[in-house]
Amino acid sequence: MSDLMSQSEASVLEPREALPFPAAGRRRLFADPRKVAPYFFIAPFFLLFAAFIAFPLLFSLFLSFQSWDATSGLSGMKWVGLSNFTFTLTDHWFWKSLYNTAYMAITSGVPQHLIALPLAFFLQTCFRRWRNFVVGLYFLPFITSSVAIALIFSSLYSTDFGMINLAISEIAKLPGLHWIQPDHHIDWLYNATTVKPSVSVVIFWRYVGWNTVLYLSALQTIPGELYEAAKIDGASGWQQFRLIVLPLLKPMIFLAVTLSIIGGLQLFEEPFILLPNEGMGTGQSGLTTAVYMYRTAFHDGDFGTASSIAWLLFVAITGLMWLNTRIFNRGGMKEAGK
Amino acid sequence: MTFQSRNRARYAGYAIVMAGAVLMFSPFYFMFVFATHTSSEIFSMPPPLWFGNAFLDNMASLMHHIPFWRNLGWSFYTSVLQTLLTLLVTSMAGYAFAMYEFRFKKTLFAIALTGMLVPPFLSMIPTFMTMNLLGWINQPRALYVPGAAAALGVFLMRQYISSAIPSELVEAARIDGCSELRIYWTVVLPLLGPALGTLGLISFIQAWNNFLSALVVLRSPSMYTLPLALRILQSPTNSDWGAVMAGSAVAVLPLLVLFAFTSRRLIDGMTAGAVKA
Repeated sequence: MSDLMSQSEASVLEPREALPFPAAGRRRLFADPRKVAPYFFIAPFFLLFAAFIAFPLLFSLFLSFQSWDATSGLSGMKWVGLSNFTFTLTDHWFWKSLYNTAYMAITSGVPQHLIALPLAFFLQTCFRRWRNFVVGLYFLPFITSSVAIALIFSSLYSTDFGMINLAISEIAKLPGLHWIQPDHHIDWLYNATTVKPSVSVVIFWRYVGWNTVLYLSALQTIPGELYEAAKIDGASGWQQFRLIVLPLLKPMIFLAVTLSIIGGLQLFEEPFILLPNEGMGTGQSGLTTAVYMYRTAFHDGDFGTASSIAWLLFVAITGLMWLNTRIFNRGGMKEAGK
Repeated sequence: MTFQSRNRARYAGYAIVMAGAVLMFSPFYFMFVFATHTSSEIFSMPPPLWFGNAFLDNMASLMHHIPFWRNLGWSFYTSVLQTLLTLLVTSMAGYAFAMYEFRFKKTLFAIALTGMLVPPFLSMIPTFMTMNLLGWINQPRALYVPGAAAALGVFLMRQYISSAIPSELVEAARIDGCSELRIYWTVVLPLLGPALGTLGLISFIQAWNNFLSALVVLRSPSMYTLPLALRILQSPTNSDWGAVMAGSAVAVLPLLVLFAFTSRRLIDGMTAGAVKA
C-alpha cells in the first residue's frame, strides 16, 4: 500500500510543493519504497513462520518443564523443573521405543542405500530412453499417501489369504524350497517377532526410490569424459564404480545418509497406521518413539512428558548427525592421506 | 572382462532392475485390482490377478462407512488453498531475498531455512495447542495456513528468481514508474512459471498426503481429509477390503495421474531442494 501512495506522491504532488528540498521532504513523509518493499514482501512468510514454527517450538520447550494435563486448561500448568526429563529417561517404554525406532531405521535404511547407489549407477550408465520411466516407477511410493500405502500393505500382509503368505506357499512348492513354508501362516503385523521387519520392508519400499533419485542427480554432475577415459584405460564397470563414482559421490552419500537418519528416527506414520492398537504392535513390539510421544500426549493427556520425549528424541537425532559428520570427515581425511 | 561377459552382466542388470520395478509397482497394481473385487473374491484361492467388476459396489459400501465425497472435497479444498497460499507467500519472500538488498537479509534468510530442519514430530504437540488457542481445531485452515510457511519454497523461489530474472528488467520497470508491488505482480510473477509449477506440484502432493497435522487437528469425520477418513476403514472389525482398496485407489489416483505427466520436473524440484539447501 505505502509504495502505491508514494508513487502518486512522486508524480503529482512533489514537483510543485517540495521543490526546494525534493529528496529530504519526500524521505520524511514516506520512506523510500525500495527500502520498505523487501520487508513488506517477506512479512507474510515470517508472520506464518513466527506463528506456526517458532512459537510452537518455544512453547513445546516451555511445556517440557511443566506438568500439565490437557483437560485442566491453561491455568493447570505447573513448573516441575527437570522431572519430566528424569521420568522419561527412567521410563522403560521410552528406551524400548528408541530401540524399536533404531532397529527399524537401520534395517530399512541400510538396504536402501546398498541398493539405491548401484541402481542409480546402473540407470545412469546403461539406460537411455527408459530411464525416466523406470526411475518414476521406483519413485512412485515416495509421493503416495502413507495411509494408502499402509492399507495396501495390511491387505498384502494379512494372515490367511494375504498375497505375501500366498507367495511364500507358492515359492515353497518349487523343488527344494519346501523348507521355507512355515507351519502356520505368518501373522506378520501381530506377531511380536515379525512386526519390526514387516514395517521395515514398507519403509524400504517407500524410500528406496527417493535415495536412487538423489544419487542419480549427483551422478549426472559427473562429466561423461571421466567414464570414457576410464573405459579406454580398460576399467571394468565395477572399477569405474569403485574408483570414480564412489569418491565423487561422497558428499551425496553423506547427505542421503543424513536424511535417512533424520527420517528414520522420526518413524511415525507407517507403524502408526500399519500396526494394531495405533502403532503399539503386540507388547509394544512396534512402538516407535514418535508414536510413543503421540500416545503420551493424545491418549494419556500428559503434554509435559510428551514434550520431554520429543526434545530427547531431537537431541538423539542431533547427536547422531554429529557422529555421522565426524565419521564422514574422518573417512575424508584417510582418503586424502592415501 | 571380455566383451561377452560384460554384455551378459549388463543384461542380468537389466533383468534385475526391471524385476525390481515390477516389485515396486505391484502393491499399486494389487490395490487397483482389489478395488474392483468384493472382499470374498479378494480372499479366495487363487486370489484375483486381473480386474473385476465390483468397483461401483465397493464405492457404494465405502460411502456407508465414511462421508467419502465430503472427505474428498476437503482434501481438494485444503490442497488447492495450501498450494496457492504457498506460491504467493514464498514467491514474495523469494523475490525479496533475490532482488533487494536490506538489513539483516542474510540472517533472515538463514532463519527462514531453519524451517526446513524442524522435524514434524517436534511441532506436533505445540501445533495442536496453537490451533487450540486460535480456535482452529477441526477447521481446514489449521492445515493450509501453517502449510504455507514452506521454507523449501522460499529457497527454491530465491534460487529461481536470482538465476532467471535479470535485475535490469526490474530496474527498467522501476524507471518506467512501476510501483514495487506492481513490479512483483505484473513483471516478475508471470515469469516464474516453471518455478511456480514445480513448487505447486510439491505443495499439492504434500498437502494431499498430509496425515500428521490432520490427525492432530481434525476431530470429526465430516471434516476429515481423505487420509484420515481412510484410516477409519482400517479396523480389525471391519473386513470390507474391497471398499478399503477402492477408497485408497481413489485417493492415490489423482497423484498417479499428476505424476505420470510431471515426474521429471517434480523429481528435479524435490532433489534440488534437498541437495542445494
